[in-house]
Order: sequence, then C-alpha cells, then structure tokens
Amino acid sequence: MTREAFHKALTDVENDLMQMASLVSVALNDAMAALAKRDVAASQRVVRNDIHINRKRFAIEEKCIQLIATQQPMAVDLRILTAIINIITDLERIGDHAEGIAKISISIGDAPLVKPLIDLPVMAAKGDSMLKRCMAAFIERDAETARSICNEDDEVDALYDAIYNELVLMMVDDPKIIKDATYLIWAAHNLERTADRVTNIAERVVYMVTGKMEEMNVSKY
Amino acid sequence: MNNNHEKNKIIISGLSFFYGAKQALRNINLDIKENEVTALIGPSGCGKTTFLRCLNRMHDLYPESRYEGEIVLDGKNILEKDIDLIKLRSKVGMVFQKPTPFPMSVFDNIAFGLKLNGIKNRAELSARVEKALRDSALWDEIKDRLNESALSLSGGQQQRLCIARAVAVEPEVILMDEPCSALDPMATAKIEDLMTDLKKSYTVVIVTHNMQQAARVSEYTDFFMMGETLEFDRTQKIFTAPSNKMTENYITGRFG
Repeated sequence: MTREAFHKALTDVENDLMQMASLVSVALNDAMAALAKRDVAASQRVVRNDIHINRKRFAIEEKCIQLIATQQPMAVDLRILTAIINIITDLERIGDHAEGIAKISISIGDAPLVKPLIDLPVMAAKGDSMLKRCMAAFIERDAETARSICNEDDEVDALYDAIYNELVLMMVDDPKIIKDATYLIWAAHNLERTADRVTNIAERVVYMVTGKMEEMNVSKY
Repeated sequence: MNNNHEKNKIIISGLSFFYGAKQALRNINLDIKENEVTALIGPSGCGKTTFLRCLNRMHDLYPESRYEGEIVLDGKNILEKDIDLIKLRSKVGMVFQKPTPFPMSVFDNIAFGLKLNGIKNRAELSARVEKALRDSALWDEIKDRLNESALSLSGGQQQRLCIARAVAVEPEVILMDEPCSALDPMATAKIEDLMTDLKKSYTVVIVTHNMQQAARVSEYTDFFMMGETLEFDRTQKIFTAPSNKMTENYITGRFG
C-alpha cells in the first residue's frame, strides 16, 4: 500500500514552497538594495512583483487543499501539509514587508536619506539569513536548527531598538527630518516583523518534525 | 475525544497465541477502555484478527490452538480452563467481515440467539428484536419486512442485521472484524455512525484495513506488526503524530 504518486505530489508542493521562499528572499534583498541606491524604478519593480508571490501562495494553498481532500494524508504527511499552509501565509506577509520597504523608498523619492544605512542592511541580511536557514531546516526536517533560529530574533529586535533610538534622537535634534526619519523607522519595523514571521515558520518546522506545538520565542514587539 | 472515561474493560497482559507450533501473537499488553471504540490496524497477516478472536476464544473451535498470558475481562481471566464459552461469547459478541445472516426471516435471525438464551415468551422476543433493530439503526428501514428472508436485505442492511443479532443478547463487548469491507460507502457511513451510538452501551473493538475508518470511529488505536503491538495510543495522536517510526511509515503509506 505504498503511496508513491501521493508522495511525489507532496514533494512537488515542497518544491513550490521553496520557490516561493526564494521569491520572497529576492524581494527583500531587491527592496533593500533599491532603498540604499535610491533607485525608485527598482522599488517600483519590487511592488509590482509582489503579485507573483501572492499568486504562488494561492497556488500552493490550493494544491495542499486538493491533496488533503483527495489523499486523506495522515501523521507526518498531514503535518507537512498543514505546516506548508501556515508557512505560505507567513512568507506572503514577508513579501508584503518587502513591498512595504519598496513603497517607503518610493515615498522618500529623490530626497537624500537622513542617515547612511548601516544597521538596516544588517537587520535585512539577518532576517534573510534566518529565512534561508529556516527553509533549509524545513527540507532537512531539522527541528534543532529551527529552534535555534528563533533565538536569533532577539538580535533583530536589538537592532531595531538601536535604529529606533538613534532616529528618535535625530528627530529631537532636528524636527525638519521627522518625515524622512519616520520613513526609516517604518522600514526598520518591516524588517523587525520579517524576523518575527521567520520565527513563526520555524515553529511550524518544529511541529512538522516533532508533532508538538511549541511557542518558541515571543518577540518583545 | 478525551471524555476522561478511562475505565479498563479488558486488560490484556503477556498474551501470546500459537496455531500449533506457529506463534501468531507475541506478548501483547493492552488495555481496552470501556465504552470506547478501539481500532486495531496493521498490515495483512500482522495478527489483528487473531488477536480479536482471542477476546471471545473463537480459536477454541480449532484444535491445537494455544494461549499464553492473560485476558482479564471485568476482573476475570477468560483464558482459564473453567470459563463457560457460551456465556463468554454472549458477553463478547462478534460481527464478521462479510454479513452472515442465517437463511431465515429477519425476525428469526435475531430471535435465534435470544431463544438459545432461554427467552421463549413471544411478547418479550418481539420487544427484544425491536430494540436490537433500533439499536442497530435498522428498525425504520425494515420494520415492515420482519417476516421476509434476511437474505433479501441489501449488503449494508444484512451487516446491520448481524450487528442487531450481536446486540440482541445484550453483550458488553462487540468485536468487529472489518465490518465494512464488503459494503458500499453509504452503508459504511451508516455502520460508522452506528458505532458512535453503540459505544454508549458497549465496548467496541474493531479490526479495519481502512485507516481513515479507524481515524473516524475510534478513540484508541493499536498498531499491530508481525504479531506484536508496536504502538498503542489515542487515535488522535496515532494519526497526527505517532511516536513510532514504523507506525508513521505504515499509516502514511511508506511501506505496507
């Protein structure tokens, strides 16, 4: 009673998930690069491309629902499918955070940034790295790595605090920059939320592997 | 799900069973909970049916069968020599894979066991037959056909008649050996609904090859493999996150 066709279909959905994660990672990196280079056209491309992420999410969700309806998956198969359904929601939201950063870049327009980007790219790189390792943990069925990724969220929160405090001080100093400085706080907020989403994904990986629902790291935000 | 009703109806400890020299069950330890449905799953030839048939000593009908260990039903070891097998089997009823109606009327099919148990009074017989048919969700469908041959009923009706026949003698445990494998999906759904009703009054143990059925109808599931019980747990746990890798591989179709 082996179920090769079903397990092949399940592998296909996992591959779709990895593709979606790649799209999200590219969107995040492109949005940050466009913000740093002040490239409004590139930011607009990120906004336009978000639709591909959203479509991919619905396509994956539909495949999962079909497999549940037609194959009655059980045990680890059921956990894989429910994990995927949850993960695509978080991936889609990370895509929205990337889009949010692109929109901020468009709003800033031609104006120079109020400060050089130092901590923001570090936050973005950290979030992206967490995402990539989390997706690798999904494929490797590695609950240990997924758990450890959750602990890294504190580093992202600390960076957010630093950026926030620095920008608030600058605004106190020079109220003329309030508008542009606030844009950067929003960008930082998008990155902070990105890391939170990754911890959600990590929780799903742990559930998929162990069958236990665990809340891993409650973000301070 | 968990209704905190955890009384053990049958406690099986160290049960082994032999067909002559061939050992079919190895050191089974299992508690069957009262008023719950316990499902036995596992690949063909793993010992599920052999185990089920131990619970009312059906094997005694064949020579050279031998039990070791204990099956304690309500505090009494039913493997002891002095057990009255007729009494045991009226207390532990059985429904088989294929419907096995007797070639007689619907009424007589059910009255048969009652008469064997000494009930002769016509009014009492009628009342007991009606109750059994109601309990097995068959009364409304065939109350006007009680005198027709049981063989004229549909397969699903015949199987529910067999369940009615089993419950008529008011057993405490009902064993079901793949009761739906010869039935269509509608008839299967009716039997499954019936199991939910039956467990209010009886303890049900079911052998099934249909894992979705085990998942739907049972509170506890036991996974058998080569004459041993590999994993026993709440059904919800077995089908979402089993502890044993072999269980997981079997129920997800990675072997079998």
